[in-house]
Amino acid sequence: MIVLNKETIKIETEQDAVFLRKRVTEYATKIRMGLVNQTKLLTAASELVRNMLRYAGKGHVLCEVISLSILQTGIRLTFIDKGPGIKNIDDAMKDGFSTGKSLGVGLPGAKRLVNEFNIKSQVGKGTSVSILKWKNG
Amino acid sequence: MSIYNFFQIKFFAMKSTASQILPKKQNEILDLWMKQQLKDEGLRDDLMTNDDLKRDSIELLTVLLAVIKKDDFSNVESAEFDKVNEVLAGISMSRAKNGFSPRETAYFVLSLKEAVIPVLEKNITDARSLYSETAKFNKLIDSLGLVTIETYIKGREEVILRQTAEISEISTPVIQVWDGILALPIIGTLDSARTQVVMESLLLKIVETESTIAILDISGVPAVDSLVAQHLIKTVAATRLMGAECIISGIRPEIAQTIVHLGIDLSNINTKASLAHALRTAFNMLKLEVRKVNSSNKITAGV
Amino acid sequence: MDRIPILKMGDFLLVTVQVDLYDRLAVGLESDLVNMINKHNARGVLIDISAVSIVDSFMGRILGNIAQMSKILDAHTVVVGMQPAVAITLIELGLPMTGVHTALNVEKGMELLKEKIKASNGIISEEDDSPE
Repeated sequence: MIVLNKETIKIETEQDAVFLRKRVTEYATKIRMGLVNQTKLLTAASELVRNMLRYAGKGHVLCEVISLSILQTGIRLTFIDKGPGIKNIDDAMKDGFSTGKSLGVGLPGAKRLVNEFNIKSQVGKGTSVSILKWKNG
Repeated sequence: MSIYNFFQIKFFAMKSTASQILPKKQNEILDLWMKQQLKDEGLRDDLMTNDDLKRDSIELLTVLLAVIKKDDFSNVESAEFDKVNEVLAGISMSRAKNGFSPRETAYFVLSLKEAVIPVLEKNITDARSLYSETAKFNKLIDSLGLVTIETYIKGREEVILRQTAEISEISTPVIQVWDGILALPIIGTLDSARTQVVMESLLLKIVETESTIAILDISGVPAVDSLVAQHLIKTVAATRLMGAECIISGIRPEIAQTIVHLGIDLSNINTKASLAHALRTAFNMLKLEVRKVNSSNKITAGV
Repeated sequence: MDRIPILKMGDFLLVTVQVDLYDRLAVGLESDLVNMINKHNARGVLIDISAVSIVDSFMGRILGNIAQMSKILDAHTVVVGMQPAVAITLIELGLPMTGVHTALNVEKGMELLKEKIKASNGIISEEDDSPE
């Protein structure tokens, strides 16, 4: 795996979330990701950035364009915050589970939309969620 | 020990490692190697000319000997080997894409042993040194052989990926069979990547034609298991979000049996045995009627 | 503060969403809508999302809320113009979207609303309505 491009975007306001979407769209267009895959990636990112703003207040997102081979490129986004952390990740990954007033579909839903999903969290320290969407498949 | 003896021993010691000998013997090794490759029964002179083969061989040999100059050359992971791996990967990839078999591609590298070992034999007189240098070299070539195989497989996978994408595009036609009615004959296996392609084509056509009914015919889908059923259910749900309704047709009796045995719930999906039945249902849903024109050639109000 | 405009079209209300629905904007929309439904005795709400390229669970929840609130006030809601990529993503996301009806475009959405209103009024019509 080669990282072709790396960028860190600070997230503190909803405007930043809008900017993140714009950036990710640019990257996706550049590697010629199809519309449906783009939409899935952006929707997953939207879920995660919303979580970040709601629970941690702020954080940053590491955006990387990854190349596995000549035919397969993708985008990896890592959402890092120093928020309260998730007490029980297994619960959080179940559909319908919500500590807020939401539908509880954010994390497991985001996972379904991408090819790779990794989450690490420590209560009191923070959370890091990384998602990867390939251009094809 | 006299100084003379000391120098003698040093002299031999200096010239008895692979790192010292091989880089100086490039031409000899190349000759032996080419002979070995051309001798092989599996030589594909239909896929590659001898000149091209020689060119590839020179390319690999040059970068390889450059690395072997350093004494500890058996670690393929080290940074010095990047160039070697790059050249080797390039050659393997192109062999994979040009139709060479894995064995033929690996033989390119493995046959190098037959070229180098005679050279070592000729130039190392001490039996123990010969053994250890040969072993070191064998280990190196074995690692390179593995690199070749891995790259070869990746090369083949890329070919398959590309072909799969092409097949996906060709095999999901969406046909407008009537105003507002689309038919989608699905042929072949329905995996998640293919389902996404199917969904996208179908939904785009729904927008384009403002259709309200889509008939998915699965008589060309060989096996329907829980996963495939899930893909179908997702497609129906997505169609509903576009304000259209789906009818699934072409369900063979065995499939109906399998579905029930697997406990799959298709109760809120319209299913019909054949496309013809589905079409009739679609007409009903649109309150359309097909009538025979009566024999006196008066065209009655019909479709 | 930004508000999403709501247009009155006969008995119906039309909302065209063209920007990202962040928290305050969404809550504002909900309250504006229920007020207008009440004020105009609206029987139907059309939400046009043809300009929306990303619908996440937050937006899905808002749409669901609007459908429920309207229903309580005896109005039906139809979401129109969903983009194909959005529909596919929503299904994969697994958003329930119960109670939210959808149609391809505003025209079909209005037809659907009329049907639903007729059905809920218990009126069975013998002839088709003449096109308005």
